[in-house]
Amino acid sequence: MIATTSLGRKLTLLLAGVAALLSVLSWSMVTGLARQAAERTQDNVLSASVTTIAETLRTEQGEVRLELPYSAFSMLGAISQDRVFYKVVAGSRLLTGYADLQVPSGYGPDQGPGRVRFATGSYLGEDIRMASLTRFVQAGNSPVPVTVTVAQTRYGIGAITSDLSRHAAGLSIAFFLVAAGLTSLVARASLRPLKTITADVARRGPADLSPLHHKAPAELAPLLDALNRLMVRLGQSIRRSEDFIAEAAHRVRTPLATVRVQAEILLRATTGDAERQRLRQMIRAVDESSRSAGQLLDHATVVYRAEALARDPVDLGEVARQCAHALEPTAAMRDIALRIETQRAIVRGDPILIDNALRNILDNAIKYSPDDTTVTVRVLKDVETVRVSVTDQGPGLGNGAVEHLTERFRRGCNVEGIVGSGLGLTIAEAAIQAHGGRLELGKGPEGQGACVSLILSA
Amino acid sequence: MRLAYLIGLIVTVWTGTASSLDVEEYKRLEGTGERVLRILSTGDLALFSPFLASFHARNPQISIEYSVVSSGELHRAIRDGANVDVAISSAMDLQFQLVNDGLAKSYRSAQTASLPDWARWRDQIFAFTAEPAVVVISAERFQGLPIPETRQEVISVLRDNPDRFKGAIGTYDVRDSGLGYLFATQEARSTDAYWRLSEVLGRLAPRLYCCSGQMIEDVANGQLALAYNVLGSYAAEQAANETSGRVQILRMQDFSNVILRTAIIPATAQNIAAAGAFVDGLIAAGQGNRPGSWALPLLDHTPETTSPGFGPIRLGPALMIYLDPLNKRAFLEEWENAMVQRQTP
Repeated sequence: MIATTSLGRKLTLLLAGVAALLSVLSWSMVTGLARQAAERTQDNVLSASVTTIAETLRTEQGEVRLELPYSAFSMLGAISQDRVFYKVVAGSRLLTGYADLQVPSGYGPDQGPGRVRFATGSYLGEDIRMASLTRFVQAGNSPVPVTVTVAQTRYGIGAITSDLSRHAAGLSIAFFLVAAGLTSLVARASLRPLKTITADVARRGPADLSPLHHKAPAELAPLLDALNRLMVRLGQSIRRSEDFIAEAAHRVRTPLATVRVQAEILLRATTGDAERQRLRQMIRAVDESSRSAGQLLDHATVVYRAEALARDPVDLGEVARQCAHALEPTAAMRDIALRIETQRAIVRGDPILIDNALRNILDNAIKYSPDDTTVTVRVLKDVETVRVSVTDQGPGLGNGAVEHLTERFRRGCNVEGIVGSGLGLTIAEAAIQAHGGRLELGKGPEGQGACVSLILSA
Repeated sequence: MRLAYLIGLIVTVWTGTASSLDVEEYKRLEGTGERVLRILSTGDLALFSPFLASFHARNPQISIEYSVVSSGELHRAIRDGANVDVAISSAMDLQFQLVNDGLAKSYRSAQTASLPDWARWRDQIFAFTAEPAVVVISAERFQGLPIPETRQEVISVLRDNPDRFKGAIGTYDVRDSGLGYLFATQEARSTDAYWRLSEVLGRLAPRLYCCSGQMIEDVANGQLALAYNVLGSYAAEQAANETSGRVQILRMQDFSNVILRTAIIPATAQNIAAAGAFVDGLIAAGQGNRPGSWALPLLDHTPETTSPGFGPIRLGPALMIYLDPLNKRAFLEEWENAMVQRQTP
């Protein structure tokens, strides 16, 4: 499997990117708003100033008169250190102020005489903001429009804006850091169900194909469904192949029995040494095949029965005795003594499977024992467990890793010349594991021979 | 107003040196280097000499040309683009207008940063003294009379003794003196006693002066009994020279103007580095860091505490209000009505 970029990191980066974008946006918005607010403040003060001046407009002997009130300028100086320019024009005649100050004439759609209007321009190379107010003053016979304009540079706005902008930048960075921190938490939290499911699947035993029952988020439900369906299909496929093997073994075993009987008869009837030798080899090969087929059948049985395991009370002592009895003739043929030390020990399980397991172990022990030795079967009871151990005086399990011996078709490294399929321990372990127990492989007492133990909970 | 400047320009045929100005005093300190620092100031040499000497000792390579002119003359010169590196004036309003109209350079240094906000504006105008306007009286001429402490008391004592004070009162001619005009307008704005006092003064045939120094001199030599609105620094210096105790300085308790003497570096300045160093020196001296060479009052950092409620006149665009030709004409009319018309009853 190729791991591309981690989903969590991708999510974190994506969310952090969004947070960064929002931070920048909010910073620029605050800066814009700050500038607007500062501009509005300046407009208000300019408006107040120009209104104050316009209020002093009057006529004296047909002449337009005004006086600039002190407050009109002191209010301008109160807020910022901005330069102030002004101009008062009556009709087309300059009354006072800065003659070269360019004031845009005319009114906007919602402006008119008596309303303050604003304009932005430049004077003496500086950007300025102007407020103008026009009032009609009766001079002589006709009313004269008098326009008062007060202008101010915009340093203050820049200073306030950049100050607030700096603060906003600080806040935005703080916001981003908090958001980024939360983002990684969120990413981790939203990926948690995935992790749970992964851990669950990883924890499963090799034969556990039961469906996963999880409350999965909507996005993961299809994956879980697919996984469950896959496991069902896998289970079916495995069962089919087991069935096939059992069927095949069964079909092979019966003709083999016939072949063996015929070969025995032929052996008795034959006198030539060379022929007898060949016939014996044949019988041995047939035995080996038959045994393998039987074990394959056993294995299939174990697998099949383990799926729906019976939970009947079984006396392990009794099972051990019967098992020993059944193998007595085989042992006797090679002068191997079977010593049985049993006691009554009840466990819950499938008697056939347990018998199967024990028989395979015992069979192994007899098979690998040299002639004229003893194989001991012991049933020991504990508070929680029952242990059935089979000890022989054979060559032991060799010096290789013992845990691999329970794998299919795996045989020890020191068993040359002995007929075997490598399925015995596999079957035993499968049967015991189906009961929740375990198989222990070790050395016999005083380091001699092998000791294989079945351990089941009482 | 501008037209007047233009005419002035044509008439004087400006050559870029102080020679075409109406210079009252002039001093040159020769430096070792090429550079010349040209200073135009309203401050008398008597007050500034120690500081100039100390600055020259610190910066021996700079030659200094120090010219004393009236505040109006100074304003006009800068407006016309005179070759000046530092302009010092006590007429805050005129100085401020120069800055507002973009005729000053910005200057920033550790010294300027040490100034409180009210003592600088846009890093272009720097205050280095805070000087109160005072009343100077001749103790001799006031013998037997109560010493007035408020304007109301001044009004009373003058009104009650017209014979004693007739022709013996001095004050600024606000038409000539920029500082006098600033004092008068600020006082008229701040206290209604100003016009009443002007009326009383007008009836006593006041003598009008251009400068504080002459007024104090005339008090000292007995020609004047009372000089109204004198710059405290000059009075203090004069009083220090007088041992007879004939000159007495009164600070009005009801209200007293405090002006800030300010320096600017004109936009046309040539020798900006030296000008900056000079301004730094002024600020340091004004904050009491050059003892021994400073004859002027210090710029107190907490003006609220100097005397109850009277801070210095604020540096700001409001200073330009009374410089407006219409306003000025109206004010001078009223002032003349009060002061001059009654001079010859």
